[in-house]
Amino acid sequence: MIEARFEGRLGDFTLDVTLSTPAAGVTVLFGPSGCGKTTLLRCLAGLTRLSGRLQVGDEVWQDGLAFTPPHRRRVGYVFQDAALFEHLSVRGNLLYGRKRAGLGADDEFDRVVHLLGLEALLQRGAGKLSGGERQRVAIGRALLSEPRLLLMDEPLAGVDAARKAEVLPYIEALRREAHAPVFYVTHDVTEAARVGDRILLMREGRLVEAAERAAPDAAEADERRWLRERLRRLGGEELAAELALGGTPLTVARLAVEALRDGRNIDETPQNSR
Amino acid sequence: MSSLAAIVWLTLKLAGVTTAILLLVATPLAWWLARSRAWWSEVVGALVALPIVLPPTVLGFYLLLALGPDSVLMAPLQALGVRTLAFTFEGLVIGSVVYSLPFAVQPLRNAFQAIGERPLEAAATLGAAPLDAFLSVAVPLARPGFVVAAVLAFAHTVGEFGVVLMIGGGVPGETEVLSIEIYKLVEAMDWGRAHLIAGGLLAFAFAVLLSLLLFDRRAGRPRP
Repeated sequence: MIEARFEGRLGDFTLDVTLSTPAAGVTVLFGPSGCGKTTLLRCLAGLTRLSGRLQVGDEVWQDGLAFTPPHRRRVGYVFQDAALFEHLSVRGNLLYGRKRAGLGADDEFDRVVHLLGLEALLQRGAGKLSGGERQRVAIGRALLSEPRLLLMDEPLAGVDAARKAEVLPYIEALRREAHAPVFYVTHDVTEAARVGDRILLMREGRLVEAAERAAPDAAEADERRWLRERLRRLGGEELAAELALGGTPLTVARLAVEALRDGRNIDETPQNSR
Repeated sequence: MSSLAAIVWLTLKLAGVTTAILLLVATPLAWWLARSRAWWSEVVGALVALPIVLPPTVLGFYLLLALGPDSVLMAPLQALGVRTLAFTFEGLVIGSVVYSLPFAVQPLRNAFQAIGERPLEAAATLGAAPLDAFLSVAVPLARPGFVVAAVLAFAHTVGEFGVVLMIGGGVPGETEVLSIEIYKLVEAMDWGRAHLIAGGLLAFAFAVLLSLLLFDRRAGRPRP
């Protein structure tokens, strides 16, 4: 299990979160911008320190005065802006964390490079990549550090629609491939529904709702039709189309619909929120 | 009076040694100044920048007192048999380090600030301890800053006069550098040799500044 409790103020923002999730699968942190998703993620990584407690599996990373600094936590963190090391090649970036985990360019390295489609980019300088390529390298770099916890902060926010379509399949593949639990921050309904095993809805520094990906059952077809209708009316055409193809977990989609209905306070211009 | 070659060699040696020491001293100082959020770090910042605005004679005067035989700072060295550092090469190096410090610190501080927090956070989450992250991420990313700092510190040391005169006194073979030599030559009405050295220093200064500007232009251009 991952058990966390964070409480504290940053300027005039207050975070007050208690969460307990299985140490497996993808947990989506979902909500409007400014609701504290990124702050929560940074607290999990140890990049921001608020008072509280954090336990991942059998390791306690924070409790009272005890605080494990980020470099000893073995978290993989994918930043919204990729944060690649511009002075290194793609290969140098991918190996940066892996070397520090005592590993090298082994079979697993080749596997992740293949998974993310990075073979042709390895020798290229990190400054000479497109937005989608940068995010794929950032994801690979985090994965290859063999993290115990993978944290992804809106990895697709700064990427245009075409690039998004390019990277999203790789992220979906992560759900099957990653050995570590993933926390995935987004305020995009489609993304949340596609990558999440469970979804935590945040608002104003608090967790307000949680849902698990449901097992299929008999009432599913009706539910699916109902959701599709509601989504069309709310303007979630992309998600509606996806539901029609049968790809989206229903409870997640239902939460997404609820979020849309709640006065559309899902941020509509993610590119400007940085 | 020493030969011109000996004076040139002494000047280059002084500038070289000073630059090497400055990079060692200025790097941690600039790093700390770039990242400290305490208001009093600016007190340190102002102290470091003092040599830019102080008359070199003021700086030289205090350095002379600090390195002289009666200074309390010299007491530990006197126990080792060194009576004074005034009018010695070592004293000149110390003076030059203080005098050129802001010219090494400022470009490094700017370079470190320009890197920002993000690459270092990324390095930390990838398992790099703070010193490791500094050496493997901050230093390579600040490389243009190191080049500018080294060039400016070197050139500024070659060009100093007031401090060198005050604490060096122009002792042949020990503290007699080019800028002092020009002064002596002019006093001795040897205009020919004065022209030669002054012209040489002018050309050197121009070449340094031009290459810095060209370097800046190249480094500042967005990557293709």
